[in-house]
Order: sequence, then structure tokens, then C-alpha cells
Amino acid sequence: MKFRKPLFALAAVTALAAPAAIAHRMWLLPSSTVVSGTDNWVTVDAAVSNDLFYFDHRPLGAVPVITQPDGTEGKAEHHNVGQFRATFDVHLTQQGTYRIAVVNQGVFGRYTLNGETKMLPRGTTKAQLATAIPAGATDVQTGEMLARNEIFVTQGAPTNTVFKPTGEGIELVPVTHPNDLVANEPATFQFLLDGKPASGLYVTTILGGGRYRAAPKQIEQRTDAAGKVTIKWPEAGMYWINVTQNAPQPEGEGPRPQAQGGAARPAQGGPQAMGGVPSGRRVSYTTTLEVLAP
Amino acid sequence: MQFRLTGLTTAALGAGALLPNAAAAQTMDLSITLPRIQVAEYHKPYVAVWLEKEGQAPRTLSVWYDVDKRGGEGTKWLHEVRQWWRASGRTMSFPADGISGATRAPGVQKQRLVAGKGGMPALTPGQYTLVVEAAREVGGREVVRLPFAWNGSSATATGKGASELGTVSFTLTR
Repeated sequence: MKFRKPLFALAAVTALAAPAAIAHRMWLLPSSTVVSGTDNWVTVDAAVSNDLFYFDHRPLGAVPVITQPDGTEGKAEHHNVGQFRATFDVHLTQQGTYRIAVVNQGVFGRYTLNGETKMLPRGTTKAQLATAIPAGATDVQTGEMLARNEIFVTQGAPTNTVFKPTGEGIELVPVTHPNDLVANEPATFQFLLDGKPASGLYVTTILGGGRYRAAPKQIEQRTDAAGKVTIKWPEAGMYWINVTQNAPQPEGEGPRPQAQGGAARPAQGGPQAMGGVPSGRRVSYTTTLEVLAP
Repeated sequence: MQFRLTGLTTAALGAGALLPNAAAAQTMDLSITLPRIQVAEYHKPYVAVWLEKEGQAPRTLSVWYDVDKRGGEGTKWLHEVRQWWRASGRTMSFPADGISGATRAPGVQKQRLVAGKGGMPALTPGQYTLVVEAAREVGGREVVRLPFAWNGSSATATGKGASELGTVSFTLTR
């Protein structure tokens, strides 16, 4: 379902403060996740869209950060931002697991100055917050966002160096390695929030290729007391996983619905406030996992 | 089949000669039928043969791939022999002495594996599974599993694939 029009209408109200993908899905799609040999390339599509994984809306143009198996920073090569998607290549020269990440971190909010309500400019960082809000501003409401979007590619045997948590936002700790997924084996991942196992996180798993399916193959779960979730893959394929602290918003809609009958799940933690501008902190984790046929 | 004989394998042979009861004893005669497949574009499959035993790391006995491609290019597609890659291949380096071999043509392909040579270990009695997987470029992939019990003197098993593998069998003697 693509509610393009209502989205843009709402965007006028909310997009200044909230990330662009408030309703759409940001995704990174690697050409391969498991490779053999000693010298390979992978190419990655980076886009924002509703249907996974079809680049038909916006590119995800941020330059990604590559972490190599030995912990050093790698390079995104041939980065190109097109109309619908960005692409870049990663040269794999080490054995082990690479992380390719786009981390979107910043603050959002609004204030009132001389009776006028102003939104914080997009891309404002925490450090700039003090100067971004002019003297005399009242009714200041701000929030932080930290959206991690990362994928993993393994040359040779999987390794774990890239999963060392930073302690900020939501992060994935493998119980099952993300490059060791097979359709007939459930996979378990642990999610940390600011470095600690986080229970009750919302985990949405969606199988790509939805364009050719009447009903999406989608699984909704919550992390357990240890921050873990076990996913049973319905079949082999590329899966988009999105983890949020608050109940995810239904696709194609702007702010979290106030009343959606029984369909909406109760929001947990972050309150909905400021008339469409969520207050508090907004953290999320997104990855694309390839599940191979047995 | 081109076994790369090196100092190491020669040493293993030498050791076997000195201890005839141990290394020279176990011999596996393996027969793998690669079906003739009528398609517009045919490439000989990559084939991996490995041995599984509960509680032990799988052992690769043999891999047939494009060993001789320039710059090790042949290893680029080894991961497409997917179950084997996960079970054993991804922890190996290539070419693997006495294990790597060239791809083979359709028909009955025979290989003799001797304990202590290449990837073939000397088996202790117990339950094993010999696994054969074939993956073909622009084609399919198939796995045939042959469970067997090794009692220390002889074992044999036969299985059959439906698409990428025909009859697969072996006899193991000492």
C-alpha cells in the first residue's frame, strides 16, 4: 500500500523534525552476503521506499561507514546517488565479516519565538543544540534520534569483531551470526539499548519481493527479557529487519496514529507529543539479512 | 583428478608405509554419477565431498572446482556449494593439498580416498555421514547424504540424487 499523498501532506508538518523515513523504509541491499575467495567486491543499493527491496522513491544518499574484519575502517567506493537509489561498492580483501553502516544521529524539536513556532533545522547535532535555539525561545521541546542501519558481508568464515557494541542506541549482538542464516534454522539475535540487553523492543521482519505477493510476509515480535528474539524464516530470501523502542508506525502513515482501533499496538516508552513531533528519544536499528536455502 | 602431491602428502604416505595397520588400511572407493543434463548452457558442476560425525568438525575429503583458473578465480564460486561451504569450506584455504581437484565431466566418476592422504582421516568406529553436494553454474544444486556405521572393517552405502547428482556410492574397507 502506498499512501503517497497523505504522506506528503503530513510531511509538511512533521518532516522537518523527524527523519525522512518516518513512514518509508530505509534499506541497504548487498549483492552478496556470503562470498568465497580472497578478493571480492560487493555492491550495495541504498534506498528509501515502501516495498522491499524496490528502489522507487528516494535514494539513501549518506556515505556509509565500512568496518573491516580487523576493525579498521574500509572504503565505500564508486559512491553514486541517483534519483531513486544510491549505490556503492566495497572491496573485500580481508577474511571475515564486514559491517556496512549508515548511522543517522541528531536532534529534532521545536521552539516558540515571538509567538511563532519554529522547527529545528534538519541535521542539527546534539553539539549544535545550544546555538540552534535562539535566546528568548520558549516552549522548547527537543528529542534525540539515533537510527542505525547496517548490513554484514562475510568473506570466508564469519567473524565477530564488527559486533563490538558502542553502547549507543540499538545494536545487534549475534547469537546466530547474521551471515550464517539458513531457511530451515531459526536464528536468534540479541539487541542492546545503550549497551544493555533491551527487553520489549519491537522487531519487524519483512521478506523482500513483496511486489509479487498479495499479502506481505511479515513477522512482528518483541525481544524477551534478555533482549533476544528468535526468528523463524518462512523461506529463503532477503529480509528487512527493523527494531524500534516504540511500536512501529503502520506503513504509509506519518506520525503514530492516535486511534487505529485494535490495529495499533500500544506505544511503549516514548510519548507522542507536540502535535506530530515526537518528544524524547527515538532510536532504531535496521538491517537486511540474507537467508539462504538449505 | 589432479592431486597436488606435496611434501606433506608424501610424508603422510611415508608414515602409512611405516604403520601399515593404521594409515594404509582404510580405503574408500567412491563413485559419483554426474548426470548428463541437456541444457543450452552446461558447465561441469562444482562437487564437494565431506564426512560428518556427531560432535566433530566436518572433514572435507574432496572438492572439484575450477582449480586452475588464473589468480585463484575458481574459488570465487566455492560458496555456491552452499551446505559444504558452511559445514567446512569456509574455514579452509585453497587450493587444499590432496583435496582440491578439477571439475569432472558427466558420467560415473570414481575416486579412491586413503586414510592419511589428503583430507581422508583414519576413522574410529562410530556413526558417520558421507555427504556429496553438487552445484552447477547457471544450474541447480543438490545434496546426497549417505549415513553409515563404521565397525572398523567394512562399510558401504548408496544413494541417489534427482537432479544434479545420479547414483552416489562408496565402499570403505581396511
